[in-house]
Amino acid sequence: MDTKFAPEDLAFREEVRAFFDEAYDEELQSRFKDLTTFKDAVIEWQKRLYKKGWIAPGWPKEYGGTGWNATQKFIYETERSAAGVRDVIPFGLNMVGPVIYSFGTEEQKERFLPRILSSDDWWCQGYSETGAGSDLASLKTRAVREGDEYVVSGAKIWTSYAQYADWIFCLVRTNSEGKKQDGISFLLIDMHSPGIKVNPIVSIDNHHSLNEVEFNDVRVPVANLIGEQDKGWTYAKALLAHERTAIAGVPDSKRSLTEIRSFAAREVNGGKSLLSDPLFQKRLSDIEIELMALEFTELRVLASVASGGAPGAESSLLKIKGTEMQQAVQELRMDLAAYYQGVLPNELSAEQLGHEFGSQARQTYMYGRASTIYGGSNEVQKNIIAKAVLGL
Amino acid sequence: MNFDFTEEQGMLRDSVARYIQDSYDFDTRRSIAASPEGMSHEHWQTFAELGWLSVPFAEEHGGFGGSPVDIMLVMEELGKGIVLEPYLATVVLFGGLLERGGSAAQQAELIPRIIEGSCQGAFAYLERQSRHELADITTTAKAQGDGYQINGEKVVVFNGANADYVIVSARTSGEQSATDGITLLLVPTDAAGVERVSYRLMDGQVVSNIVFNNVEVPAESVIGAENGGYTLINGVVTIATIALAAEALGIMGQLNAKTLEYTKTRKQFGVAIGSFQALQHRMVDTFMAYEQTKSLLYRAVCELDGQGDDIAACIHALKVMVDRSGRLIFGEAIQLHGGMGITDELDIGHYAKRLMMINTTFGDGDYHQAQFNQLRYAG
Ligand SMILES: Cc1cc2nc3c(=O)[nH]c(=O)nc-3n(C[C@H](O)[C@H](O)[C@H](O)COP(=O)(O)OP(=O)(O)OC[C@H]3O[C@@H](n4cnc5c(N)ncnc54)[C@H](O)[C@@H]3O)c2cc1C
Repeated sequence: MDTKFAPEDLAFREEVRAFFDEAYDEELQSRFKDLTTFKDAVIEWQKRLYKKGWIAPGWPKEYGGTGWNATQKFIYETERSAAGVRDVIPFGLNMVGPVIYSFGTEEQKERFLPRILSSDDWWCQGYSETGAGSDLASLKTRAVREGDEYVVSGAKIWTSYAQYADWIFCLVRTNSEGKKQDGISFLLIDMHSPGIKVNPIVSIDNHHSLNEVEFNDVRVPVANLIGEQDKGWTYAKALLAHERTAIAGVPDSKRSLTEIRSFAAREVNGGKSLLSDPLFQKRLSDIEIELMALEFTELRVLASVASGGAPGAESSLLKIKGTEMQQAVQELRMDLAAYYQGVLPNELSAEQLGHEFGSQARQTYMYGRASTIYGGSNEVQKNIIAKAVLGL
Repeated sequence: MNFDFTEEQGMLRDSVARYIQDSYDFDTRRSIAASPEGMSHEHWQTFAELGWLSVPFAEEHGGFGGSPVDIMLVMEELGKGIVLEPYLATVVLFGGLLERGGSAAQQAELIPRIIEGSCQGAFAYLERQSRHELADITTTAKAQGDGYQINGEKVVVFNGANADYVIVSARTSGEQSATDGITLLLVPTDAAGVERVSYRLMDGQVVSNIVFNNVEVPAESVIGAENGGYTLINGVVTIATIALAAEALGIMGQLNAKTLEYTKTRKQFGVAIGSFQALQHRMVDTFMAYEQTKSLLYRAVCELDGQGDDIAACIHALKVMVDRSGRLIFGEAIQLHGGMGITDELDIGHYAKRLMMINTTFGDGDYHQAQFNQLRYAG
């Protein structure tokens, strides 16, 4: 049992802080807020990380990873959150990248990995369909082999950022016989191919990040198949198990809690600060105590993975608790804004509104409802724990 | 013990319910919400013709002479359609203040116009700093000549953009948060020095921040007694809280019904998701939350109707329950709809946003729980 940082860790921490301080400048940050500049700003930020060599802490060094140990990764993540620095878009770097370096051919690695690292390609994830959400294996989008090509037809839904994407990684049905998990293939599809149509879906936070992606006889070279045909489910599952370093989002939640605390000290109701209100204190401490525990739960999982254990059902625990805490933090932040939470974005200047973050707090809260739905809903995660851990 | 409604009350409720069903579907609401005014004058006129705008007013002004029960029934049905028209702002708040504190002349002039649908009103009570404290008022009204001069700013004024008149709470004496020294004044919105900045809220309504810049009104503009505004505010906010709770109940009922229906039809793993016990128990919880909210609403209405002495505690308890049940119910509704629940296209999120707005109106759950604690356990 030891959680103290060594001197070299502290030096690393200084380096991380200095880098964020300089590279994550305000001009860039302001461009994230505007939908018309969002995409370019994200790419620019990721390119800065790439040039620093820090774009893929989770990847093996040979493919462009940082070669950091678990402590360094932890420090990096903590400092990133503390500095309010946005996380990278996960689809290329945390999802399809690991699948390609684990199961792809040499040619696929050479072709795709460098452009993922440099953010020259924007990726999106084409798994879900209207009829296949929690029951993903029942997916129906078909890929029929014709010579050196697959012909893909069907539709994906809830595809985040498909409107920006150059590539989509898809689960498609190549075989309808036998177990439904057995006839699925993992296919990389160029979003600029003829026959692809992207239809926007506006979400309850009034933003457009979700889409429906239609495939009308889209021709995809067989060279874009990952691994073996009909074995795609195995690769998709490996991707899920490929622990995401920040699945629980504890550092982000902690940072938000700190912000809430300082705001609550200034927000006054009936002459008293909200921070001095016992009910508010209880809500705050309920969350902080859970986060203190969750931070160590995450470290325990990471330590067991580092010593050779498999990240299995434990990641379900992190997902459930982590998203519950994210939502609790978002809710508290929104409640702080009282009636100002109701104001729609861009309706008033901040001065006219008279509140710092009301409308943004609500948008975060509303979109945050999705965190218990996507990435395997929390109900499904509980089913996994019940079965895999408790043996029920 | 009798929890039945009278025949007349049943007819009133059915009239609203039928209208919402036949003429106010979600697409209609969506297009009204997207209109510049955030309400439809055409629908408002029909509300007048159907007599709903007359419900709380005395018969001598052409009113229906209704009780809190009648207001509750109307609001619950309006909630089911998340109706945007300003029934709360014009009839319950503005009309309620006139009915309680207006002079004979003010009542005779304005109440018949409210009833016929030709007068829109608003109650400007919130300020930037006031949060949930109704008495936290910095807007001033200074006696000047034969009247008052008003200076200050009110924010998030419901129906402020459409209102012909606003009743503003202003300080005529006392410290910033004192309950004494508040005076209510009736101000035409076209008076010199009234500036409105209007904007849209997440629930579709258009509200205003209103600046009063040396606005002059005659002495007859006072509603109730000078310095005696707080009692009137308290009285009207009591009935308005009941109205909002009833609206919330209507919404909760819709969310539960829609979610139940969805879980019966949505299939995953070859079965309806409603067959999963994990979800069944959650829907039992939301069902119970709905019933408990209804009980507290009835309790508060009975207490108010019977002039009971526990009304303050009942109102605090009700607002706490609406907040807790509302969050639980819309949270589960979104969650159980999966990705669909996150879309703007589905009505679920719009019901949720109205519940959220109701929660922050006249004090959220935490605020009222603290008030309840104070009332019951302090000193
Ligand atoms: C904001 C957002 C972004 C997304 N981004 C992407 C993306 O980029 N790419 C992509 O492929 N997908 C994406 N998704 C889709 C997401 O993965 C699915 O929404 C998710 O898998 C749930 O599927 P569903 O929406 O069909 O809900 P359903 O599966 O229909 O679930 C409805 C409800 O039933 C519950 N339920 C289902 N099965 C069980 C069970 N066995 N026991 C108990 N309860 C159960 C669920 O938990 C849920 O509450 C995104 C979703 C959202 C909301």
